[in-house]
Amino acid sequence: MLAVRDRRDKSAFAQLFDHYAPRLKGFIMRGGTSSAQAEEIVQDVMLSVWHKAAQFDPHQSQVSGWIYRIARNRQIDIQRKESRPVPEEIKQPEFTELDSSQIVALEQEASKLRNAISGLKPSQRDVIEQAYLGELTHQEIQEQTGLPLGTIKSRIRLGLEKLRHDLKSMRET
Amino acid sequence: MSDIRHHIPEPLLLAYASGNLPHAYAVVVAAHISVCDTCRAVSEGHATVGGQVIEATSREPISSALRSRVLDMLDNPDPLPSTPQAKGIYPAPVAELFPGQMPNWKSLGMGVKQSILSQNRSGSVRLLYIPGGRAMPHHGHNGLELTLVLQGAFRDETGRFARGDVELGLPDLNHTPVAEEGPACICLAATDAKLKFNSLIPRLLQPFLKI
Repeated sequence: MLAVRDRRDKSAFAQLFDHYAPRLKGFIMRGGTSSAQAEEIVQDVMLSVWHKAAQFDPHQSQVSGWIYRIARNRQIDIQRKESRPVPEEIKQPEFTELDSSQIVALEQEASKLRNAISGLKPSQRDVIEQAYLGELTHQEIQEQTGLPLGTIKSRIRLGLEKLRHDLKSMRET
Repeated sequence: MSDIRHHIPEPLLLAYASGNLPHAYAVVVAAHISVCDTCRAVSEGHATVGGQVIEATSREPISSALRSRVLDMLDNPDPLPSTPQAKGIYPAPVAELFPGQMPNWKSLGMGVKQSILSQNRSGSVRLLYIPGGRAMPHHGHNGLELTLVLQGAFRDETGRFARGDVELGLPDLNHTPVAEEGPACICLAATDAKLKFNSLIPRLLQPFLKI
């Protein structure tokens, strides 16, 4: 993903496409979308990944999570024919040093979540899938899904603090 | 930014991240996340889980035509409009709902003004302008009301709310918000149903004011 973002590397993008496009299509079809329409959304999402790559920050997002966000936005824009409100992006500083310890720690938290999901009973996993496919309303999401989200939230918070700090020091120089 | 005390509850953040929140509420949540890193981190955490769900989903074969089409399109310019920008106190997801630099205010009397940003059957989202020291008309709700403070502050029976704070008005909350002395209090408010005014005159006016 960083090769796509920083070097606009098309073969790196083709690899991303080969990994994510079939999974994305499977995910979108789980929500009842037809194969043809799912491919249209996959096309939109993967092109957004290419065009919006500059907004990707590995200190606060995982590639899969970032793609999930884009996919949900595109799907809603298309299905409801209205533009979904999205938060203001925090401007990425043009030159920023990668903090590999933060990136690795975030990756570790994500893999803990992955393990937690695969360790769930099938019925619980279905609930998670339904919730993240956007099939549960906020009234239905009464309780937490049972996933340990506390540590990843504080880890992402550190990523955001790094970004704010980088922006601030950039303005001061 | 660290002064925000009243945040978006977790179920609403998950419903937002997964795309199942009515448009009016989604505007308030997106605006709050724009100014609140705590909720941005929670929302991003949910996106991470969503990403893991995608990783674990069984794959569906992609047609080779789609693959070559996407790869061929990389040199085309970005077809999607550029990301909207904040206008003054109005975060981008609010600012994109009105043309120009300032919202189109309509007087409700007593110096109170409103600007309806969007309204349909699923709910409405509006800006409210309440001069310092002035009270909002006493009202209750049928459904959930989400109010985000963009400027100034107000108090009601449940506490004090300043820039970035969100108040959750549940149907049983029957409250009278009063703007603090000083600069006018400007709020973004979303409802999924019309407000219920308790005194007769505003109730009669309600169909005309569209509150």
